[in-house]
Amino acid sequence: MSKVIKCLLSLMMLLVSLTFVSAKGQEEAVENGPVQVEWWALSGGGGAQDPSTEYKKEIVAAYEASHPDVKINLTILENEAFKQKIQVAIQAGTPPDIFHSWGGGVMVEYAKQGMLRDVTDFVNNTLSKKIGLGALGVYGYDGTYYGSPYDMGGVVFWYNKDIFDAAGVTVPTTWDQMLNAVDKIKNAGYTPIALGAGDKWPAHFWWVYLAMRIGGIEAFNAAYGGSGSFKDETFVKAGELLLELAAKEPFQTGFLGSSYDDQARLVGDGTAAMELMGQWGPSVEANNSTSGNGVANLGMFTFPAVSGGKGDVNDVMGGGNGYVFGKDAPDEALDFLNFFLDKDRQIKQIAIEGIIPVVKGAEAGLEGNSAKLAQAVSKAGYYQLYYDQFLPPAVGEVVKDAVAALLAGEATPEEAAAMVDESWQMEK
Amino acid sequence: MISYTKEGAKKNALVFILFIAPAFILFTLFVVTPVFQGAYYSLFNWKGAGPLDKEKFLGLDNFIKLFHDKYFLTAISNNIKIVIYSLCFQLPVAFIFALLIGRKSFTGSILFRSLYFFPYVLTEIIGGVIWKFIYNPQFGLLTQFSKFFTDAKNEIALLGNPDTAFGAIFLVIFWKYIGFHMILYIAGLQGVPRELEDAAVIDGANGMQVIWNVILPSMRNVITISVFLSVIGSFNVFDIVWAMGQGGPVHSTETLVTYLYNFGYKRFAFGYGSAVAIVIFFVCLVFNLLYQKFIVGDKDK
Repeated sequence: MSKVIKCLLSLMMLLVSLTFVSAKGQEEAVENGPVQVEWWALSGGGGAQDPSTEYKKEIVAAYEASHPDVKINLTILENEAFKQKIQVAIQAGTPPDIFHSWGGGVMVEYAKQGMLRDVTDFVNNTLSKKIGLGALGVYGYDGTYYGSPYDMGGVVFWYNKDIFDAAGVTVPTTWDQMLNAVDKIKNAGYTPIALGAGDKWPAHFWWVYLAMRIGGIEAFNAAYGGSGSFKDETFVKAGELLLELAAKEPFQTGFLGSSYDDQARLVGDGTAAMELMGQWGPSVEANNSTSGNGVANLGMFTFPAVSGGKGDVNDVMGGGNGYVFGKDAPDEALDFLNFFLDKDRQIKQIAIEGIIPVVKGAEAGLEGNSAKLAQAVSKAGYYQLYYDQFLPPAVGEVVKDAVAALLAGEATPEEAAAMVDESWQMEK
Repeated sequence: MISYTKEGAKKNALVFILFIAPAFILFTLFVVTPVFQGAYYSLFNWKGAGPLDKEKFLGLDNFIKLFHDKYFLTAISNNIKIVIYSLCFQLPVAFIFALLIGRKSFTGSILFRSLYFFPYVLTEIIGGVIWKFIYNPQFGLLTQFSKFFTDAKNEIALLGNPDTAFGAIFLVIFWKYIGFHMILYIAGLQGVPRELEDAAVIDGANGMQVIWNVILPSMRNVITISVFLSVIGSFNVFDIVWAMGQGGPVHSTETLVTYLYNFGYKRFAFGYGSAVAIVIFFVCLVFNLLYQKFIVGDKDK
């Protein structure tokens, strides 16, 4: 009898002591070995031999070669998988040292939870010497900076010039011309617009852009600041104009269930004439197309003007890609990001990922559509970060839901605007 | 040696405790504690980090909001639909399959068993992705089929239409789990004594009467388990729905668990999400208790 107990007890003791030993072993490894930096980055969607992943590995190797006391652990994640994994890490209170961020409301939420390292000094003393404050501002809040962009672009129309020619359409500069163009392209037998409304965020671009053209910066500031609201005429009218377009059935069949990858594939395969998408659009189109190269004659144009609208036609909605620092990030992480944000590396990234670079001097590497896009961004008097990133996460989700409901015919423009306003009033 | 005398009982107590301890500690740590934690969080407007202070206390507001949200009601009704459709279509069809291929071995019976069971072996996500391809309105198998036969530009978009998406997804759930229930029934059929059937046939019973009066009653235990697993599974459906449209379009295919994810996790509304989790927990608990009491417990009589 007592033998059994003794055996069990000694077994438990053994297990417990083993745990201590192994925990101690881990600590020692960290103390004596190189500084570990955890880096979570997004994949470029290029499959097993993703060029953007390969390039990041090269940068890590180059940095480690010159800094033998630092070890960078790179984790590559697909977009949606990243959003889920980072959420868990934040919840657990163990964010990685460097991780992808689109700035705006989600980043602010993390900062409020104390999960980000304040790197204001690093940004002011080091990064601001080579990156403009406008771009850096997306990664700051109330005078505090948490990271930096490496890519800052805008959402524009990417269109297939061959289809436009075949349909006899020129680039639309007003919303009415856009509606006409849609009719003509449809008559020519093509899908005028590809839209992955199943993922919701591609669809919310339309509503936000229309609101920007109708009401301009004043309408947004009024709603955001409290002197107006998201129920104002601007946002209702944006819904009405979007429904006017949707009534022409310009999107592919089943667009409410389509993903962004479906959207990119349709343009990349030359089935659909255009899409409204950010600077990464052409490279994702190419990656998702059957040929792997996308369409031969791809052009870009900015969102058309709305007649009677108060918004400037040069205003741009967009956003960037960048990195922020987890709360326990060592100084080596900051140094690595500074190394990463180098003019020559940015120029290489233009070719690999289709970024619009932020480091001064790297814009010399832009050509064609990208150069045009960079120019459009620099001309913008009012630069609006995507709503789903700018607004708090709960409101961002409601904006996307409202636009999807609008397109599905389950909400009127008034109801959609009211949905957004209600959640904004609760969260602000 | 365990002694059954009174003097031995005290000594034995320690042994019992030692044996129970590992399971008890793990169960408390990973099942019981989280349930109470979740119940506590559900009373707050909590964003997933930071202290739960008094200003964030909401009382039962999260639950009130929940039952006034039309998408939550969609989610609950979808779960109930999955339960009803499973019990009315999936299990009877699985039973028929079991009768057809599980009783005698004929050429190909192994092939059919494997074919019907195969979807169950796939993970839910893989199954969902495969069917998402099949349903793809531009290049999917279904559209290609309809184009081949109707000779028109007839694109079928089941997942892109809030009215058909749920049906399309249920079909996948049907396909995915029917093999599992069929195998359960095949195993159950092997326990039905042949003599009983033969006796019934000699007494002049026809096929239907044999199934209804002999086979079904003898398989009571298996059917009880199969119904139980089916109902609990129906309330926890997540992966397939997620892979095929994340509860969309416009939340029309939302289930309780995808609702929790979309409205709790994605919006940093962890207090609200906990309230959803508590509702799911109670639905399953109540069903479980009722089922244990009236169906499972009943068999001893």
